[in-house]
Amino acid sequence: MSRISRSRALLATAAAVPLVLVAACGGTDGTDGGGDGGGEVTELHVVDYHNNEPNKSVWQGVLDGCATEVGVSLNRETVPGGDLIAKVLQMSSSRTLPDVLMLDNPDVQQIAESGALAPLSDFGLDPGGITEGVLSASTYEGELYALQPVTNTIALFYNTQMLEEAGIEPPSTWDELESAAAALTEGDRYGLALSAINTYEGTWQFLPFMWSNGGDESDIATPEVAGALQLWKDLLDAGSMSQSVVTWSQGDVADQFGSGNAAMMVNGPWNFGTLAEADADLEYDIVPIPAPTSGDTIISPFGGEAWAVPQTGDADRMAVAAEFVQCLVGEQAVVDAAVGTNTVPTDPSLADTVVEQVPNLASFAAQVPDLRARTGELGPEWPTQATAIYEAVQNALVGGMSPEDALAQAQG
Amino acid sequence: MTATEVRAGSGGLVPPAPARSGRRRPVTRRRLVQFAFLVPALVYLVLFFGYPVVKNLMMGFQEYTTRTFYTGEAPWVGFANYVTAVTDPVFDQALLNTGLFTVGSIVGQFTIGLLIALFFHRRFHLSGVLRSLLLLPWLVPMIAASAVWRWILDTDHGVLNRTLDLLPFVDGRPAWLTSTTLALVAVIMVNIWLGIPFNATILYGGLQEIPEELYEAGSLDGATGARAFWHITWPLLRPVVTVVLVLGVVYTLKVLDVILGLTNGGPANATQTISTFSYHMSFREFDFGVGAALGNILVLISLVFAIVYLRLNRRAIDE
Repeated sequence: MSRISRSRALLATAAAVPLVLVAACGGTDGTDGGGDGGGEVTELHVVDYHNNEPNKSVWQGVLDGCATEVGVSLNRETVPGGDLIAKVLQMSSSRTLPDVLMLDNPDVQQIAESGALAPLSDFGLDPGGITEGVLSASTYEGELYALQPVTNTIALFYNTQMLEEAGIEPPSTWDELESAAAALTEGDRYGLALSAINTYEGTWQFLPFMWSNGGDESDIATPEVAGALQLWKDLLDAGSMSQSVVTWSQGDVADQFGSGNAAMMVNGPWNFGTLAEADADLEYDIVPIPAPTSGDTIISPFGGEAWAVPQTGDADRMAVAAEFVQCLVGEQAVVDAAVGTNTVPTDPSLADTVVEQVPNLASFAAQVPDLRARTGELGPEWPTQATAIYEAVQNALVGGMSPEDALAQAQG
Repeated sequence: MTATEVRAGSGGLVPPAPARSGRRRPVTRRRLVQFAFLVPALVYLVLFFGYPVVKNLMMGFQEYTTRTFYTGEAPWVGFANYVTAVTDPVFDQALLNTGLFTVGSIVGQFTIGLLIALFFHRRFHLSGVLRSLLLLPWLVPMIAASAVWRWILDTDHGVLNRTLDLLPFVDGRPAWLTSTTLALVAVIMVNIWLGIPFNATILYGGLQEIPEELYEAGSLDGATGARAFWHITWPLLRPVVTVVLVLGVVYTLKVLDVILGLTNGGPANATQTISTFSYHMSFREFDFGVGAALGNILVLISLVFAIVYLRLNRRAIDE
């Protein structure tokens, strides 16, 4: 009995065990079993994490379009978002990487660093008009490893009815944000909702405030970052936002806004569907996240996924896969994906076509040229600093520390 | 007991002198057959317990990152991962939280579990039905349970705080999951709820084992109620209590899902334990070496309790 109990404890605590087992099962140097070994390539194995509707079908359409163009059939595998990296690591160690791999943009450099991805210059791929910030997330040590067709970011959603009733204009500066949030707080309703959760989502929501105020992730113990954190702390201390922000994911934030518990929220366009479902009568509009002072540039991080060509060892298949990835950043694919999944093109010249069809995307599209990559400066070291940022935010908001002390401790 | 039997048995089977070589063959064959029966269990243990443990021990001394999965290279770094883990500012708090979480959970689970077991020991109508209903927390998947608890404990709209609002003597709404002082208490509360069925069931089983005659005899000598509990129930229940407590400690030390589901170790690391910290290092920061080092530290702590359990068990058998 004791042996069983002890072993169970071992199993549970040895957190890395499942991956390790998987790693041990690999180890052969063979290439993908589906490889045609130099013959004509007729099928590509594609892995992505768009496993929920409507995004799953939208992407199926986009992928099929490019498959037809390249002249191959597709073997598409969708995995849940949280499992993708584990899956990629498993496939890397067992040498069963797919021909085309989708990655969340902040993960590209980490996987590129491991050596699992092929540099796209090998195939002469052309990034076209993709904006600089987006390209930097897909670049590791000077080589481009992935192409990202569409992106998204966050902005300020506001309930038009509530603001009208209170006679308040949507805020565009931090001062206006504080006074608007305070004025809109009433009874059980908070003026503002955002996510300050202790995951990378919390960091992602804090970045536009931190970057727009001149802060930088390489050293967060600076007055600029402290200023941004002070704004969040003031909003919380004034009661303009719930203390629950430290446990809310962005999905929870959308629920709060959708059910009328918050008059404004910081969130992204992927919530359009949730908001429409929550309340058909909900009227909202979107403006850019308020700037520190009037006229300051708002610098936001960007989301979205990039498509890469893994090192499968079969040069012919990799060449066809590269052609396929090139097609995914073509006009047709980009517009279809953007309109279908409520995202904006990474190539600003395609923005107008998309915004014409989905007007709500306007304030997101406007930010594209100034978008900044989370991994642009720190590359594969980003996760460590992203943890430090959300820890500092939480310590300042509910941990009883001043923003300066919290940031200094997190910077270490 | 089994060890002495085997020794006695083999002493009789294997002759001390090699003279009677004619009988050796059936003996070795018999040994082989005995061994063959052990093989499935051994293979299972080595594959599913031995390998992960050894691998995890080694990983703690290696620089094991995402790169390792592709290149297979995991350079040996000695105790560097342990130094990184232990000197991390979060470690001290995680260690303290692990202790508080374990002690708090065990005290709560055991006390309430024992009270419930004693209560159901007296038979009454529907006691069987009610006792089986108590097992419900065991049947609910933890992911679902933690989602519901998050909803119950929500500061502004949670049913707990809305109920407290109705009480005249409660001022304001406690921020169960969002304040650094209450979050650990809330997480311990949920874990107690989860652990009560285990404690109540095992302790109830122990109570059933105590012969009724002892109470009858005791009552003649004036031992009823609390005196009967302290002088009859408690001493006879002690072996079961030891099992429940030691297993409880080992189970509680490694709890991950409850905390991840409720607070993810937050806010501001207020509910971070060694196991959540290890999970974070491995699967969020992809620093599998440091994650494994933390896992090993936890294994070591569990091991201490497992040894305590073994010794207590042996003493009980000797007695």
